[in-house]
Amino acid sequence: MPTIEAEADKPVFQPQAGKPVIRLRDVRRVYKVGVERIHALDGISLDLYENEYVAVMGASGSGKSTLMNVLGCLDRATSGYYELDGQDTTRMSDASLARIRNERIGFVFQSFELLGQFSALMNVEMPLIYSRNGWWSRRKRAKNVLEKVGLGDRIKHKPNQLSGGEKQRVAIARALICEPSIVLADEPTGNLDSKTSEDIMALFDQLHREGQTIILVTHEESVACHARRIIRMKDGRVYSDLPTAQDPTLGSFTQEAVREDQP
Amino acid sequence: MKALIAAPLLFFRLFYQSVYLSLGQIWANKTRSVLTTLGIVIGVASVTAVIAALSGLKAKILTQVETLGSNTIFVQPRRPDTGPLQHAPWWSIRFLPEQFDGMLEHCPSVKRFGRQTWVGQYTVSHRERSMENVMVRGIEPDSQKIEIRPVTIGRPLSVIDEMQVRQVCLIDPKLRNELRLDRDCIGQPILIGYHTFYIIGVIEPRPESLFGGGNQETSEIFIPFKTSFKLRQYLYIGVLAESKTAEVSEDARAEITFFLRRTRNIKPGEPDTFEVLSLKNILDIFNKIATIVTMVAGGIVGISLLVGGVGIMNIMLVSVSERTREIGLRKAVGAKKTAILTQFLIESVVLCFVGGLVGVGLGQLLTMGIANIPKVEMDMAYIPWWAIVISFGFAGTVGIFFGMFPAIKAARLDPIEALRHE
Repeated sequence: MPTIEAEADKPVFQPQAGKPVIRLRDVRRVYKVGVERIHALDGISLDLYENEYVAVMGASGSGKSTLMNVLGCLDRATSGYYELDGQDTTRMSDASLARIRNERIGFVFQSFELLGQFSALMNVEMPLIYSRNGWWSRRKRAKNVLEKVGLGDRIKHKPNQLSGGEKQRVAIARALICEPSIVLADEPTGNLDSKTSEDIMALFDQLHREGQTIILVTHEESVACHARRIIRMKDGRVYSDLPTAQDPTLGSFTQEAVREDQP
Repeated sequence: MKALIAAPLLFFRLFYQSVYLSLGQIWANKTRSVLTTLGIVIGVASVTAVIAALSGLKAKILTQVETLGSNTIFVQPRRPDTGPLQHAPWWSIRFLPEQFDGMLEHCPSVKRFGRQTWVGQYTVSHRERSMENVMVRGIEPDSQKIEIRPVTIGRPLSVIDEMQVRQVCLIDPKLRNELRLDRDCIGQPILIGYHTFYIIGVIEPRPESLFGGGNQETSEIFIPFKTSFKLRQYLYIGVLAESKTAEVSEDARAEITFFLRRTRNIKPGEPDTFEVLSLKNILDIFNKIATIVTMVAGGIVGISLLVGGVGIMNIMLVSVSERTREIGLRKAVGAKKTAILTQFLIESVVLCFVGGLVGVGLGQLLTMGIANIPKVEMDMAYIPWWAIVISFGFAGTVGIFFGMFPAIKAARLDPIEALRHE
């Protein structure tokens, strides 16, 4: 639950501050199902700035997963313009996109996606195997990141010897190891109980304080309220893009929470 | 310049990583891997064993060539492939001793020749001791010179023995021991059948041979060629000849053929009723047989490798489909298509190489087994290094060929779909 301190930490939402990490201009993604054309993304324009902490919310089918895939360069927009770190990704080859994913983007998945036969350390160093420069230092860097997420003593453990929260911490460490421009977390607490979820969200908060740009996709209000900015989607469009405090649902929710906390 | 160094280094990294991953996979699925590679193992084991047997046989023949001398020419009756004599009884086409009279004068390339008879197996006795099934051969002194068989004690058969049709003989040490003769047994009488012969020398035991039935179990006695007709009136005759040099060995063959056609009254146009073989011919014949055996074995091995390869492909497809999420994840964190392709391709190649390694080991065991079978003349069987290279080459090719399709399938997976895969 957010506290007054957390509230006080939140910087005032200023879209103009810093340079944009992500620029989306009229991005569309159309799926063809038989003769039907489904507009999963229907003209989205967004600017995300450095060290932003954004939650993307929406009902299933609202296009938030598609947006996530497009932002993560796993999928290409059918039309429109997507710029990541000042680079136009719309006309990139598959290989260049793979490199972008490797160097610029860290993924955190709902179901952790750890490789069962490898230790936490090897799971974390996996992205560096495919990187251009990080190969030789991969073990050291993986150790450092694992210590950063608080798993310094679980380095040799395999995923089946870890709890759900620890698994997600390993996954976050894996997302962080390449020092990405953005961390994309797809329902990071979806498979966790509420207590562990809070721990994981606290970790995200900490990363944000350290300057990491984070994008959360979630449908849980309690998770979204950790973010500083909330983007709500419906039918492939953004219908609300406001700082958390001004958010129609969450704003009152946080205010209520704050009010409850106050005697 | 930097890119020039970086590219192979990147590939090496990928290679190392893929080998590491695939060994982990094979270790994680031990039973499955063993069953999958069984086809490859059997294929490689049989190809190495066949090659080992053939090279052993060849090595054997080559050592034989060395003991016989490379200029040696064999002349023996042979039924022609065509014509009325195709099914002629052997007896009707046998050599007669007089057919070779004057051969040296008519064949300038022939240095010397010697007629031999195979008298048959006799019981040989000395006082109370006797030995059964002793091979008695009648030889001319020259044939003993062609076939290098040193006399250790006493003297070899001489022209005088031949001319006077003496009842003398050379025995081998085994027979001497069996009959409990003195070590120096020169002059001792022995009975061959009902004829008394005097020992004039002891000959070295025959080296293990592929020609002329060199059986180590039986002993041999050599008597003068003409004397052998005393034991039996009608005998099969073979001739050993030696050309003057290795270069004229073909000339010598032609001259002998021409000479024998005349003395055996073969009309022009009729096929030969004998064959003249130099050692080179015999090696050629062996090589021809070896090629046929290799091809037949190669066919069988090919089928087994094909089946093994299909097994590999099958298991790789299973592996790709059960690791779809892993592939999706790897792609999401930045693995390129080539990286995924390499990983799965190398996994199948490593699987095949492991199969090849086990196969070569099994082939070595088979070879040792073959070499230890008594009386098969295979004790020189060995696996030459190139057979191992070929085996691994085949295994690797099978791995690449049959691993390509699953690897391409893995590389083409869409990361989003793959991550959603259950």
